[in-house]
Amino acid sequence: MNWQWFHRLGSPRWFYEKTNTWIPWLMLLAWGGLLTGGIWGLAFAPMDAKQLDSYRVIYIHVPIAFVSMACYYIMAIAGAIGLIWKMKLPFMVMKAAAPLGFALTVMVLVTGAVWGKPTWGTWWVWDGRLTSYLVLSFLYLGVIVLQQAFQHRDTADKASAILSLVGTVNIPIIYKSVDWWFTLHQPASLKLTSKSTMDVSMLYPLLIMIFATYIFFTLILILNTRSEILRRESRSQWVKDLALGKSGNGNKEESGK
Amino acid sequence: MKFQFESLQAFINMGDHGIYVWPCYIFVFAVLIALTVSPILSQRAFLKQQKKLIQIQKNTQAR
Repeated sequence: MNWQWFHRLGSPRWFYEKTNTWIPWLMLLAWGGLLTGGIWGLAFAPMDAKQLDSYRVIYIHVPIAFVSMACYYIMAIAGAIGLIWKMKLPFMVMKAAAPLGFALTVMVLVTGAVWGKPTWGTWWVWDGRLTSYLVLSFLYLGVIVLQQAFQHRDTADKASAILSLVGTVNIPIIYKSVDWWFTLHQPASLKLTSKSTMDVSMLYPLLIMIFATYIFFTLILILNTRSEILRRESRSQWVKDLALGKSGNGNKEESGK
Repeated sequence: MKFQFESLQAFINMGDHGIYVWPCYIFVFAVLIALTVSPILSQRAFLKQQKKLIQIQKNTQAR
C-alpha cells in the first residue's frame, strides 16, 4: 500500500502551503452561512408556541454545542496520532484545537445560561448535562494549561495528548446525560436516527447554522494550526523565505519535503 | 419566507425576550469575529517579527 499521502499529510510545510488556497473559500462559506442562518433564525423563522421568541437562541447555541464536542474528538484523535506515529503536525493540530474548543464551550455556557433564565427561570442548575458540559470546558482549559506548564515541548505535547484521550470519556456522558438523569435540559430535538421534532420552517435555518459552524470550525482550526506551524518551524528555511516574501504560496517542487 | 415581526421595534423587543436573545447573538458574533481575526493578525505579526530578526542577523554577520 502506498503510504506517501499519509506521510505528506504529516508534513507541516505541505499542510501550510496546501491550505493557502482553501482559506478564502472556507471564509466565504462559513461567514455566508453564519449570516444567512443567523438572520433567518432571528427574523424569518416562526415564533415557538411554548418558548416564544427566546427559542431563537437555539440557532447559535445548538450548532456551537455540536462543534465544541466534535472539536474535542479531533483534538484527542490528533493527540493519539501524534503519540502513535510520532508526527509533528497532529500535535500542532491538537494545540490549535484547545483554545478554539474552550472558546466554543464558553459561548455555549453563556448562551445556555441566558436562554435558561426565561425558559427555566434560572441561569444555572447543577444537572447532568450542564455539569458534564462544564467539565468539557475545564478539559480544554487543562490542555491549554498543560501546553504552558512544561518547558520541553515534546513533554507538553505528550501530556496534553494523554489528557485529551482520557477526557473523551466525557463526550458520551454529555450526549446521554439528558436520557440518563432527571434534568431541566430538554432532550435532543435533532437526531440522526429519527425524524426531527422541529417544523421545517424552524429546522432549515438551524441546519444552515450547523453546516456553517462546522465550516467555521474547520477554518479557524486551519488558521490556528498555520500559526502554530510557523512558530514551531521558525528555524526552517521555508519559514525564513516566507518571512522575507521569497516563496509566497510555496514552491511546488519543494513542497512536501 | 416572511418577516415575523410587525415593526422594527417589535423585532428588537421580541415580546420582552429581546433582552435575552440579542445579547446572546452579539456576544457570539463578537467571539466569532475575534476567533477569525486573531490568528490572521498573529500570523502577520509573527512573519514581520521574523523578517526583522533575519535582517538583524544578516547585519550582524556583515559586520
